[in-house]
Amino acid sequence: MYRIRFHGRGGQGMKTASRVLGSAFFHEGFEVQDAPRYGAERRGAPMNAYVRADRAPIYERGIILRPDLVIVADDTLVPIPAAGVLQGLDNRSVLLIDSATPEDEWRKRTNIGGPILVLPLPDTVDRSSLAMIGIACAGAAARLIGVISEDALEQAVRDELAPLGEAVVEKNIQAAMAGYAAMSDHAGTVSEGVPAAASGAGSPDWVDVPVEEVRLSGPAIHAGATSVEVRTGLWRTFRPVIHYDRCNHCNWVCSSFCPDNAISVAEDGRPVIDYDHCKGCMICVVQCPPHAIESVLEVEAAAAERRGSA
Amino acid sequence: MTRALITGNAAAAWGGRLARMDYVPAFPITPQTEIIETIAKWTERGDIATRMVMYESEHSMITGAGAAAATGVRVFTATSSQGLLYGMEMLYTVAGWRAPFVLVNVSRGLASPITLEPDHNDIMAARDSGFLQIHCATCQEVVDSVLMAYRLGEDHRVRLPVIVNLDGFYLSFTREAVDLPSADAAAEFLPAFDPQGTEFRAGKPVSQAVAVLGGGTYSYFRYEQHLAAQAALPVYDEVAAEFNDRFGRLHPAIESYRAEDAEMVFVMMGSFATKAKDAVDRLREAGIAAGLLRPRLFRPFPRDAFRSALVGKKGVAVIDQNLSMGMGGVLHSELASALYGAPDAPRALTSFVGGLGGRDIAPAEFYEMAHATLRAAETGETPPPRLMYTHSELREMRKLQAAAHVERHEQDIA
Repeated sequence: MYRIRFHGRGGQGMKTASRVLGSAFFHEGFEVQDAPRYGAERRGAPMNAYVRADRAPIYERGIILRPDLVIVADDTLVPIPAAGVLQGLDNRSVLLIDSATPEDEWRKRTNIGGPILVLPLPDTVDRSSLAMIGIACAGAAARLIGVISEDALEQAVRDELAPLGEAVVEKNIQAAMAGYAAMSDHAGTVSEGVPAAASGAGSPDWVDVPVEEVRLSGPAIHAGATSVEVRTGLWRTFRPVIHYDRCNHCNWVCSSFCPDNAISVAEDGRPVIDYDHCKGCMICVVQCPPHAIESVLEVEAAAAERRGSA
Repeated sequence: MTRALITGNAAAAWGGRLARMDYVPAFPITPQTEIIETIAKWTERGDIATRMVMYESEHSMITGAGAAAATGVRVFTATSSQGLLYGMEMLYTVAGWRAPFVLVNVSRGLASPITLEPDHNDIMAARDSGFLQIHCATCQEVVDSVLMAYRLGEDHRVRLPVIVNLDGFYLSFTREAVDLPSADAAAEFLPAFDPQGTEFRAGKPVSQAVAVLGGGTYSYFRYEQHLAAQAALPVYDEVAAEFNDRFGRLHPAIESYRAEDAEMVFVMMGSFATKAKDAVDRLREAGIAAGLLRPRLFRPFPRDAFRSALVGKKGVAVIDQNLSMGMGGVLHSELASALYGAPDAPRALTSFVGGLGGRDIAPAEFYEMAHATLRAAETGETPPPRLMYTHSELREMRKLQAAAHVERHEQDIA
């Protein structure tokens, strides 16, 4: 059985990517199971999607714990533990990342033993359209797996996107094929995982759950403001950046309109964005009267930040 | 017949479409909403001649479903979790009207604490309502079961509404390859509903839901409902056999996987049962004669079929994705009651609770359940019911508790 896990953010088209790959397998005569998993259904929030494909009926369900291939559309997700990108990778699982950072660097950072590939996309793929990355990833995955033809991939894109119109379908087929072509040197790198035997599976490490007083065992949160601990800033795909040379220091427009109270006003009257909790809704960008707040792609802003600190 | 990759939710909607549903009262709730969205899209485009009405709650929605069914039209509706509970009063009420329709429930754990992920406590709460219950393990079963449910519920020997249950996420949002019967083949299997003169019209009024006092009248009507539910057992077998003849897919009241020659048998319901099949295969490779029995039909409960399938087995491990507070797993209790007094009953009937709120069940856990059950059969000592919960999960819980109770802990220390 092939077990493939897609990681991305809401809005990057990873659910569609997983479905395109699922459909492509289906056209090649495989049994298929595909499903997305997301907590908060919102643009920018980390999500994953999985595809299982086999010649025999598929009995496994749910999250893939031992993936043969992991595809990451957004490299800022790799260091986030809750995103679980590296979960279950072993020496034979392939990690494909869409990233400007080279493979060697990812090997050092992740310390994993299996093949790591960075997706080299030609300029013909429109990177400003987030969904194009997802569909290119699906094409790349199809080639890495090696049992999916271009015809099956094209038909799969048509299946999934036909309701959006022929122009969208053509653009997506182009991106999928660009991803497919980019992996031609690595065709068939991904192999099917074999099921682990029952003998030697080890103990499930069960615990007897103790009876506990209601003050501990009732589902109540007594500590205040625990939401501060939730770094919703991780959800951003775009980042608002204030250009203080154009800022009027009006003191209120951006900070009042921010639905997450993520913009505060400093003592000197400058608005300051709390990037740990700014979800990147861009309402401040729209509201600012002198247009002093710019919208920057999060991956680019993060890369610029790393260059600055290096 | 078309073979397509569709979600469990889409399969449910297709079941209603192939059954030529006349009326769909609807109310959205995660993870069911995709079902009514799909039907809404079809009605909007004119693909189907179905009247769809958005209600203001599940309570009214189920009332509307029962009332429409009582006029003799074919009704389809769907809900989940809190929605099923919000409509609970009417669930019991409309079942008593003996007006058949199909309600799809997409299982989701109940509050409190609230969750979106699946377990079976919602559907167990409807256990005694008078609705029959069919539980699905695959997307294919969802579409097939909706068609079978109409045949079953509309049969003049039964005449009860039916719930078709599928697990949230693991089926509702999961795509699998599904053979969709052609409209003609579905129509041949499921002809138009014939209410045999019991339907009401504006010009032919009927008093439904009459009040009775004194107990004797009440007992009669309630017991008739129970007898009708029991009569559904042989009718189900007929329906399943005919479905198999026409479509080549057999969906028996209890699915049996390598259970005939098994020494130990898992018993569980819903989509996680396919994981048990995997475990059975692996255990067989390791030399342990394991098998699986999965009740598709939960109401009526196929008691005799369970008895005959389980006599002579060494041990039975019942896995419940539900929890009756103060008692334990519901399926375990029902199976114990079914097996009590059976000659040559299994020596061990172990109880495991797992998969609550969508919690996974790992392969190693299935293996341990098999070993523990065989050990119990060997020693004659059955271990206490076990919640599948690991040390690592408890450590994670401790971290959350530390965050939730930080101030209180500080006070304790002071």
